[in-house]
Amino acid sequence: MNTAMKNPKNVIENFDLYAPKLVSKEEFFSPGHRACQGCGEALAIRLMCKALGKDTVITNATGCMEVISSLYPTTAWNLPWIHVAFPNSAAVGSGVEAGLKALRRKGKIADRRVKSVAIGGDGGTMDIGFQALSGAMERCHDMLYVCFDNEAYMNTGIQRSSGTPFLASTTTAPAGKKIPGNQVWKKNLPEIMVAHNVAYVATATPSYPIDFMNKVKKARQIKGPAYIHCFVACPTGWRSTSETCIQLGRLANETGIFPLYEVEDGKYRLTVEVPEKRRPVQDYLKGQGRFRHLTPDQIQVIQERIDIEWETLMIKIEHSRSKESLRARRSR
Amino acid sequence: MGKRVGMEVAIASAEAAALCRFDVAAVYPITPQSHVAEHLSDIVADGRVDASFITVESEHSALSAAIGSEATGARTVTATSSQGLLFMSEILPIASAMRLPIVMLIANRAVSGPINIWNDHSDIMPMRDTGWISFFAENGQEVVDMTIHAFKVGEHRDVMLPVNVNMDGFQLTHMVEPIIMPEQEEVDRFLPPYIPYATLHPDRIVSMGTLGMPEIFAEAQKSKNVAIVNSIKVIKEVWKEWEAQFGRKYEPVQSYRTEDADIALVTMGSMGETAEIAVDELRKQGVKAGLLKIKLWRPFPFDDFKAAIKGIKVLAVTDRAVSFGGPGGPVFSEIRSALYEEAVRPAIVNYIIGLGGRDVQVEDFIAMVKKASGGKLSEPYEFYGVRG
Repeated sequence: MNTAMKNPKNVIENFDLYAPKLVSKEEFFSPGHRACQGCGEALAIRLMCKALGKDTVITNATGCMEVISSLYPTTAWNLPWIHVAFPNSAAVGSGVEAGLKALRRKGKIADRRVKSVAIGGDGGTMDIGFQALSGAMERCHDMLYVCFDNEAYMNTGIQRSSGTPFLASTTTAPAGKKIPGNQVWKKNLPEIMVAHNVAYVATATPSYPIDFMNKVKKARQIKGPAYIHCFVACPTGWRSTSETCIQLGRLANETGIFPLYEVEDGKYRLTVEVPEKRRPVQDYLKGQGRFRHLTPDQIQVIQERIDIEWETLMIKIEHSRSKESLRARRSR
Repeated sequence: MGKRVGMEVAIASAEAAALCRFDVAAVYPITPQSHVAEHLSDIVADGRVDASFITVESEHSALSAAIGSEATGARTVTATSSQGLLFMSEILPIASAMRLPIVMLIANRAVSGPINIWNDHSDIMPMRDTGWISFFAENGQEVVDMTIHAFKVGEHRDVMLPVNVNMDGFQLTHMVEPIIMPEQEEVDRFLPPYIPYATLHPDRIVSMGTLGMPEIFAEAQKSKNVAIVNSIKVIKEVWKEWEAQFGRKYEPVQSYRTEDADIALVTMGSMGETAEIAVDELRKQGVKAGLLKIKLWRPFPFDDFKAAIKGIKVLAVTDRAVSFGGPGGPVFSEIRSALYEEAVRPAIVNYIIGLGGRDVQVEDFIAMVKKASGGKLSEPYEFYGVRG
């Protein structure tokens, strides 16, 4: 028995310290798959699966993760797994949920809860799969959707998606002589999911593994739709070195360009502390080839936008109330 | 024995699915399929079948959700028409490649443009090569029977393929017809519970829909083709079993007065009944006319068709869809190709008829037969009765 098990109270107080000992050693996403060195997404999936546990069915949209993990006749998946197409993992996942529910109710399968979890990249979630995601969340299936956002169509060769950040250079929104990369701001999908009245919405990154896994566990327990937007570094697409994968996720949080928060029943909460004086966005941008062309003025524009987005989020954190607490107040 | 009732065919098709005790229905409404969607949801809402009804946000998601639920082992039904079927087209060949016996009720309707909600076969024809078994019903009774056949055939371990049941939009879906609805107990005897080959469940872990590289992709395609080609054996067995239990006979190609016929019309779908009346009228006039009705479109019943045309000198093949810039309508092309190697084969002409709900009457079929009696038309294929 390790120290963590002997002193459970202590563990809760120092959860981050002891958590590595509590994380399942079981591997549901096996090594030997074909992801690039330093792939944030493959790491995130491995952690997600550990947090989900065995009673899970994964529906995978077409993308890097399907390609690197399921080259017939091999598979990296030690969980029931299905891939159908690019735009429909949320719809397929909703069918998985409906099928399992009906079969369980009718006594045709074991009487225990098996969670349907659909996953996709930013393109498969925010662009081509957006309608299916909206439908599945709105219909209140008991399912979790996790978007692994590496901010472009990496599988097809770094083309711009609606997850691509402002001014990033991609192969379809390149930093040209006249136009310096992507011309619009990143779509805020977590916020759109909050607007769907999804009971649990969170942002995460594998750079904070315990935070991410806690969110996955929480989302799994929700009896209804839940959404996690997981920010993952892509060294290949970001033109960053593979060993900076974790560091970039941390910098994204510390600069406030991708803050880690959760929205539970409508109540916003920051889950990972950010220093009072946030680091300048420059620290995050500088290690990445996709931002190499930025001028100091352009970086300033990005900094101002982040400051305003940050303040907006702080206002929500300060003023939002859970629907439960609003109900309680009405009945008083 | 079932009771003879007057029932709208769209509703009857949903009732037939209910008799098959589906577990999940994932349906998006579209005219003229909407009564199917509504009635399936009524059945679930009233608890007449213990099932989940997924009110998907599109046809693309309807078939996607159907794949998800069928992959868990749930008996799943969906339904669509026209644009909806085309919207599903990305997913259709995946359903068959994954060998998931989903049943789809199709209210056949013209494909836009211009937009048109009425009946023809231009929706199913472009979906011909997606690896689905395709039944074509001629009347309400056949819609009901074929819906039940579809589950039994598709779920058969030697088949494991999705099946679509084609019923002409409005001409069938919105007609109230006399239909013998089988009893639940009879259907239970005919259709065993679905025992899937593999399912998505942690008790037996599988990966479905993996990546096929060039080394395996062609083999996957071939195996799907072998499965659908061989399915005709199971289809015929199922139809024999049905005939034994219910007394109604089904054949891939149904012949009407062709024994001594010189000329035969070929139809698919609801126009068969109108063509029958035309054949009777022609016979009265001394014309040796007959009719061949194709009930099984995929797999195409080559042997049955060859056997059915023995002695016939002219085939007047009707098509309810256009192959733009092609050799004629899709049914015509199929038949001409099927008969190419026959030492003795009939002359074959092609009429494209009934597009977008254009009415085709008994007199039209009579005129078509008379015009084709010489075995040749002035054009390779004729848009019968069309201006311009």
